[in-house]
Amino acid sequence: MAEVLKVAMPKGRIYKKAAQLFREAGIFIPDDVDDSRRLVIPIPEANMEFIMAKPVDVPTYVEYGVADIGIVGKDVLLEENRDVYELLDLGIARCRMSVIALPDWQPGIHLRVATKYPNVATRYFREQGEQVEVIKLNGSIELAPLIGLADRIVDMVETGQTLKDNGLVERESIFGITSRLIANRVSYRMKNDEIQQLCSQLEKVMAGNGEILSNS
Amino acid sequence: MSKPKGFEKPVGVRDYLPRATKRLRRIEHSVLDCMSRWGYEPIKTPTIEYYDTVGIASSTSDRKLFKLLNNRGQTLVLRSDMTAPIARAASSLLRDEPLPLRLSYHANVFRAIEEEAGREAEFFQTGVELIGDRSPEADAEVVALAIASLQAAGVKTFKFALGHVGFLNGLFAEALPDRLEDQLALKERLLHRDYVGFREAAEALGLNREQQEELEGILRLRGGREVCQLAAGLSRHPLALESLRHLCSVWEALDDYGVSEHVLIDLTMIGDFSYYTGMVFEGYAAELGFPVCSGGRYDNLLRQFGRDIPATGFALKTNRILDGVEDPESEEELPVLIVYDTNRRAEALAEAGRLRAEGRTAVTRLSAEREESAISTQEAANADGEQGGRYSRVLRFTGENQSVK
Repeated sequence: MAEVLKVAMPKGRIYKKAAQLFREAGIFIPDDVDDSRRLVIPIPEANMEFIMAKPVDVPTYVEYGVADIGIVGKDVLLEENRDVYELLDLGIARCRMSVIALPDWQPGIHLRVATKYPNVATRYFREQGEQVEVIKLNGSIELAPLIGLADRIVDMVETGQTLKDNGLVERESIFGITSRLIANRVSYRMKNDEIQQLCSQLEKVMAGNGEILSNS
Repeated sequence: MSKPKGFEKPVGVRDYLPRATKRLRRIEHSVLDCMSRWGYEPIKTPTIEYYDTVGIASSTSDRKLFKLLNNRGQTLVLRSDMTAPIARAASSLLRDEPLPLRLSYHANVFRAIEEEAGREAEFFQTGVELIGDRSPEADAEVVALAIASLQAAGVKTFKFALGHVGFLNGLFAEALPDRLEDQLALKERLLHRDYVGFREAAEALGLNREQQEELEGILRLRGGREVCQLAAGLSRHPLALESLRHLCSVWEALDDYGVSEHVLIDLTMIGDFSYYTGMVFEGYAAELGFPVCSGGRYDNLLRQFGRDIPATGFALKTNRILDGVEDPESEEELPVLIVYDTNRRAEALAEAGRLRAEGRTAVTRLSAEREESAISTQEAANADGEQGGRYSRVLRFTGENQSVK
């Protein structure tokens, strides 16, 4: 009897794409999972249990082993720096991490950078040989340069529409982001068959999708 | 930072209250007992060591060492593991003992932590070092003993993963000759368990398709003995092949120990490659999110203390096991309470002595008139099963009469 896999799923943007990918891989996922307010959702048909988490908490649940595996953006992985296996690039929720500023940006006296990703931002500017003051914000990062809190921001860019709407420009792209399948260090061994099985199912779908993309 | 409140402790350290301490001690005893039956003798070393000797030799990165200065301005460290101190002792005090040395320990070790909870600044390790034997037999003995130790600690469901640093070194040296930085980058990815990053890095190396597939192929090399044969097809590098033969022999010995069902070969297991030189392994228990055991061969460590001999060993993360195993003896016997008046104290203490000699637990107390009713209703309530009292029974040596229950 295969063991139940506890899967930390990110609520919101990524969830729908991840669920779709699971369905394409032949895993039964009910339709109404993300509409319900339940936080722990057993899916006996798939021998899984979804833990609906805030995306930034997914690596934490997986590191501590309360979830066996999880789906999370590379942005969160780089920011949180948790000790987990990064097994697969799922190729969904594609976007990028960028440095953004007003079009006429010039280095000022105080270099201040606002971001939801203080670790990522600090590391990046350090590698660039720049010492900046990083200000952690929790949302609407685009506000910061508009009202003078910071002269640049580091944030995720998907289509660039929000930036355009607010008259901001992308100065540098730091890295590309996609969602990843991650696994707890112990679960990866104790439930290796189940996790390996899921990986190959997902890989098959992704290989198929890749072909469709390259054929079209 | 504000002044700490009275109840606060530094981050990363724990109190072990009587219940936890009893369990910890039980695990410690059964594990050390198991190790001693395999011929491993206990050793204790100091909590503080010199930074320049044990500190530098240890596998713990510099920023994770607790450092302090002594009154002469020398830098000291709180020991971050027991392997380096034992290497020091084996290279000096135990220099004339016949090899191999079999040593066991249970000790608290210290790591300065950067992240939040789950990473402890002080924790307990119970482990062994087998020094002076470079054979696969020695590696197999250490793995088999690690399995026996976990069982002795009361862990029921567990798995061990086994790898070999030499295989990856050989494979990468063959695929990327003279490209040390690229080799290191690949190893870093494996060390951080970043398979996605490993694949990306392998693709970016500009190798031909076949070489690239060979590199990515190691991510799928997991399983039993057959993995060694499969892996042998990936490389012709002498170091890689030699390592695989070694790993294969370890596996065969583990099979003869009758424990290979618990062991999985995973050639991406790399351990800290600046430290380990051969076989590496990790142990995992169901229901515990973090590995409970780690070990491997470190043939270069003792050289740093002036004695060039090979060594292999492991450490159990004892306090993690504590969180995971159930208490078999929850029905521990409650103590007997002996209440006495001063005039009958000798009689009462003699009775307590008799009980203790029998192996029972006895608590004595001078009787106080107004307490009497309190004792009978609350502390002896155990007999009624109502509120689980603290004593199994109360013996009274009060008044002029003989004792009554």
